[in-house]
Amino acid sequence: MTQTAAKTWTEIKSPRKSVIPEGLWLRCPACAQMIYRKQMESNLHVCPECTHHYRIGASERVRQLVDPGSFERQFAGLWPTDPLAFRDLKSYKDRLSAEQKKSGQSDAVLAGSCFIKGRPAMLCVLDLSFMMGSMGSVVGEVVTRSIEAATERRVPVIVVSGSGGARMQESGLSLMQMAKTSAALARLDAAGGLFISVLTDPTTGGVTASFAMLGDVILAEPKALIGFAGPRVIQQTIRQELPDGFQRSEYLLKGGMIDRVVQRSELRSEIARIIDYSGT
Amino acid sequence: MSAFYQLEFERPVVTIERRIEQLERHLRQLTTVPAPAADAPAGSADAPVFTADLPAANGDMAVIDADDLPPTAEATKSLIDRLAAQRQALLTDLYRDLSPWNTVRVARHPNRPQSRDYIEMFCKDFCELHGDRRFGDDPAMVTGFGRIGSIKCLIVGHHKGRTTKEKIACHFGCAHPEGYRKALAKMKLAEKFGLPIVTLVDTPGAYPGVGAEERGQAEAIAVNLREMSRLKTPIVSIIIGEGGSGGALGIAVADRVGMLSNSWYSVISPEGCAAILWKQANEQTNTAAADSLKLTARDNLDLGIVDSVIPEPLGGAHRDPKAMARTLERWITDQLQELRTHRRELLPQRRYERFRALGAYVEAAVA
Repeated sequence: MTQTAAKTWTEIKSPRKSVIPEGLWLRCPACAQMIYRKQMESNLHVCPECTHHYRIGASERVRQLVDPGSFERQFAGLWPTDPLAFRDLKSYKDRLSAEQKKSGQSDAVLAGSCFIKGRPAMLCVLDLSFMMGSMGSVVGEVVTRSIEAATERRVPVIVVSGSGGARMQESGLSLMQMAKTSAALARLDAAGGLFISVLTDPTTGGVTASFAMLGDVILAEPKALIGFAGPRVIQQTIRQELPDGFQRSEYLLKGGMIDRVVQRSELRSEIARIIDYSGT
Repeated sequence: MSAFYQLEFERPVVTIERRIEQLERHLRQLTTVPAPAADAPAGSADAPVFTADLPAANGDMAVIDADDLPPTAEATKSLIDRLAAQRQALLTDLYRDLSPWNTVRVARHPNRPQSRDYIEMFCKDFCELHGDRRFGDDPAMVTGFGRIGSIKCLIVGHHKGRTTKEKIACHFGCAHPEGYRKALAKMKLAEKFGLPIVTLVDTPGAYPGVGAEERGQAEAIAVNLREMSRLKTPIVSIIIGEGGSGGALGIAVADRVGMLSNSWYSVISPEGCAAILWKQANEQTNTAAADSLKLTARDNLDLGIVDSVIPEPLGGAHRDPKAMARTLERWITDQLQELRTHRRELLPQRRYERFRALGAYVEAAVA
């Protein structure tokens, strides 16, 4: 009995912040409360005690946002290649196959058509669990195709970002995805389409500096880290303490950089409401 | 020449250059001996000028022993010619297979010409325009009207600064959001007046700081990417030194993109990449990262990211800025002449297709 209890207790992965949780009981990284995992999950992966928003995968996000059974995945046949034969301590090829095996996904993005509270839309979600949701050619292509499909079908496009930025292993080609996705948004804009950008923890680098900050309406989950450069890089540059709450959703809201900070439980209805106002 | 900043891999070249200098001085000495200048201070002709003259810092640069200097002017001349040929061969050799990491070093050479240098060299009647009308005027971004050849255009360029004071003001070429917003405001002006746009890219990256973040660095760059993609006027961009990530791309969404042969263009600097993927940035990991990132002009050409590699003078643009400016001017005017033949309304479509095609993936049929 003690054995079992001990085992259960060791399953708590406490100090590491915001890992996608496993095990029966969890310690919330924000309020340090013990939370029953199932309770947290049924609460949209938000701490019932302090509303800390855990990071969630793309399929869970889709489940939370769309009308049940309405999601039709698109562009799923795109697979990354290794155009530069990139190698750091590990080769990009090995990294990719390890990530693919772990996640069962080809890359860090999930996209498709759906209904959100009865409103048709294109939904595209970056997946943090795959190479930190970094944008290489596949992510850039899927985001672009989603925007193009929305432009063509005259429906809104919603992109939920959570990403470390452009993927280094595809170097210049990753960089070009920033131009590609932004250019697609210019066309959507010219056609009068609606783009809702949802920023989640964390959204940084080349993703922020392209489509993520180009939303007609930009929503962010509470306390999400959002920025161009990471806080560590900034600290190294200026060698000063960073202001309190720097680069968090609420800080950006105050600074005029985003439209709304939205609790996860409200996200679906907020999106539907904005779609209604836009008339798209 | 003595103030010339020297790159480690160029040491053998610099040694030869010092010897040539020494021999040239010796030659002057030899040719003036038959008729010594009347106002020369006494004994100056006998002074051991050759070694004593060289700066102490160059002590490791083996100079020719005073006793071994050729006795006649003819012999000196022929030795100079031989050394000059040797220097040429060595430079050709070094620069032919410059490693990616050494390319980055050349691209950052402090004597490498910058945007303002090029503007001064090939631009007639430059009329600088300042300010983003929202926050301030970023000295790291230069914008203004100017004529290149006979073509009136708008010129936009990153500027790193030449003196220490200027470098600090320019944050070493790292622009702030106001810089990107200034660039876009002037580019829209160019569109309105039907002027083509020429951008000179030379930045380690957009500035990572508190103010830059607060004022929306990411948004400023993103908006430039979106708006440049639909400007109805020809855009030509050239990576003249460093093409560091989004900060570079923020003024490089163009119809034609060229790269000087010793510049680099990539999603991240080798040091940044090494620090993240190799967990530390040192000589060895920086070299490995530079290799992996495929950041040279040649690599970017192969990947289709740039359209042309513009050759630099032997030994890099910093050895002959005037020649570089002439080559660059010719390339720009050629591109602008060619782009002038396209209908302005159709340019955004072509530009869209250019960037739309970039990316490497495989597409499998989904069951």
